[in-house]
Amino acid sequence: MTKTLMTTVAALALATAAMAEEVRVYNWSDYIDEALLAKFETETGIKLIYDVFDSNEVLETKLLAGGSGYDVVVPTGTFLQRQIAAGAFQKLDKSKLSNYGNVWDVIATRAAKYDAGNEYAINYMWGTTGLGVNVAKVKEILGPDAPIDSLSLVFDPKNAEKLAACGIHMLDAPDEVLPAALKYIGEDPDSADEAVIAKTEAALMAIRPHIQKFNSSEYINALANGDICVAFGWSGDILQARDRAAEAANGVEIAYNAPKEGALMWFDMMAIPVDAPNADAAHKFLNFILDAQNMAAASNYVYYANGNKASQEFLNEDVIGDPAIYPSEAALQNLYTKSPYDAKVQRTVTRLWTKVKSGT
Amino acid sequence: MRKWPLIAVPYLWLLLLFLVPFLIVIKISLSDAALSIPPYTPTLDLAAGWAGLRQFLSELDFENYAFLASDDLYWRAYLSSLQIATVSTVLTLMLGFPIAYGMACAPEEWRPTLMMLVILPFWTSLLIRVYAWMGILSTEGFLNNFLQWLGVIDAPLMILNTQNAVYIGIVYTYLPFMILPIYSALEKLDGSLIEAAEDLGCTRTKAFWLITVPLSRPGIIAGCFLVFIPALGEFVIPSLLGGSETLMIGKVLWEEFFNNRDWPVASAVAVVLLLILIIPIVLFQRNEQKQREAGK
Repeated sequence: MTKTLMTTVAALALATAAMAEEVRVYNWSDYIDEALLAKFETETGIKLIYDVFDSNEVLETKLLAGGSGYDVVVPTGTFLQRQIAAGAFQKLDKSKLSNYGNVWDVIATRAAKYDAGNEYAINYMWGTTGLGVNVAKVKEILGPDAPIDSLSLVFDPKNAEKLAACGIHMLDAPDEVLPAALKYIGEDPDSADEAVIAKTEAALMAIRPHIQKFNSSEYINALANGDICVAFGWSGDILQARDRAAEAANGVEIAYNAPKEGALMWFDMMAIPVDAPNADAAHKFLNFILDAQNMAAASNYVYYANGNKASQEFLNEDVIGDPAIYPSEAALQNLYTKSPYDAKVQRTVTRLWTKVKSGT
Repeated sequence: MRKWPLIAVPYLWLLLLFLVPFLIVIKISLSDAALSIPPYTPTLDLAAGWAGLRQFLSELDFENYAFLASDDLYWRAYLSSLQIATVSTVLTLMLGFPIAYGMACAPEEWRPTLMMLVILPFWTSLLIRVYAWMGILSTEGFLNNFLQWLGVIDAPLMILNTQNAVYIGIVYTYLPFMILPIYSALEKLDGSLIEAAEDLGCTRTKAFWLITVPLSRPGIIAGCFLVFIPALGEFVIPSLLGGSETLMIGKVLWEEFFNNRDWPVASAVAVVLLLILIIPIVLFQRNEQKQREAGK
């Protein structure tokens, strides 16, 4: 919390500093090729200040406190929708986005669930939530037929118990885990019915003792170092873990699998806060990101798919050709999306999540 | 009269950086959560004048405090935080007192160096030091590799992500806060008192318990406060080193604030935490003062 406080104070101090041509971008950690940041500065002459976060909640709190001082922020779709309702964003001026034609209609249509008419945001990256597996260790424990592409790998208490000693990490994000638990027990993952959501409690409490940690960023390193066997996490993060392990040549082999029962598809959206100090420069940054080659460079670096059709010809083969990143047409049909919870359901969900995490 | 500006400085400091923010937190704790910027209602509209102020006050209530009482999560978290803070304080004292005693007994020319060594870790950021512990304690970390190499254990110990890691982190981080006040109390201790006690027939151990410990009491008390209070509301250490079962009020507060976006309930949790801290401290100090007056 001290860190958050300090960045907030720093942001406030910066906001009142001299008004040179600057743009402040607040994005997820490990989520861009940093060479792009320097490229933006040389191309536009605008000074870019780039800060990072690792949870939607931290971003949301800054936005709702007002005066965040940022010009571009990157919330996930469900959060974006609620923040639009709270009046946190300004509409995009598409006349300033000459590269807007590069947008991939398939993704824009799906993202419109959170931002009707795509008025407030552009898609940056999208991905799925699924299983990061240390293949050798898991097969050693569960046998060669280990269900490494099924939710039962972690949601079946029998499997979770056997894998516990080796280590299971799970996202500390109820918005992502509860839909998966609902899917596993055969309910609608997008349900906002409290009675239905309550059914996940038994399923999650059964596996809770076998989960080593609920955290949304540590699993990248933990997987890559071989500290844990399974992580329920975000596709690109797990693929980054795979590559870090390969670079370190430590004999750890990581694979990402979208659960065959269906995977949650999420969208990280770039938007401009209503009180952005430099909305004009923010549009320039969005237009820079919408450029096909820039967007491709970002995806090639972070191993997430993007919402930019024109960028696809510049993507490396190990990105565009990897079905874990760009699923086939049929697999795309197997992905589901989720709507945000209202305040009352959110409280139930958080309480249930606290109960799952702490056992009380 | 010339003293006034000087006395005013600490009071002004407390007023601006404690009392005013605290009043704002109390105000938010009496509000209701809302989907807006800021995410609570009502907000004071000064333009509306008296009518606006009356309207504003009429919308404040104690609902959130009633809510805290309705769910056992909150008092469980308070109790668990109290337990973790108490155990950590006792452990820190048990470790810190011998170190401080050793420092005070060391030859005078060594003492500045020893003091420097105690303070040295502060030159590195807390976050980095806690991260280092993650590297030491993890299943593939230094400690487990070392113990396995020694042959003491066969399978790696699970320390990281458990309550024990939280204790290790808190004791490590707050140890200097325990050592320094005890050291400064022991350093001032008059050695001739112990000699006198021994001359009068006390054994060394007895003289330690009858003379050294009571005379270092102010240092022990200051050290315990300096460890207990921040440990109670600790957030960074349990979230990095603790596992899913570590329930602390700092985490609950974080969840109310960030996950539920319920600033009013989060503020109520913070106000109750402060009351839990302030009431025993005030009672304790009053007791101390009474004893001091009785001593005179």
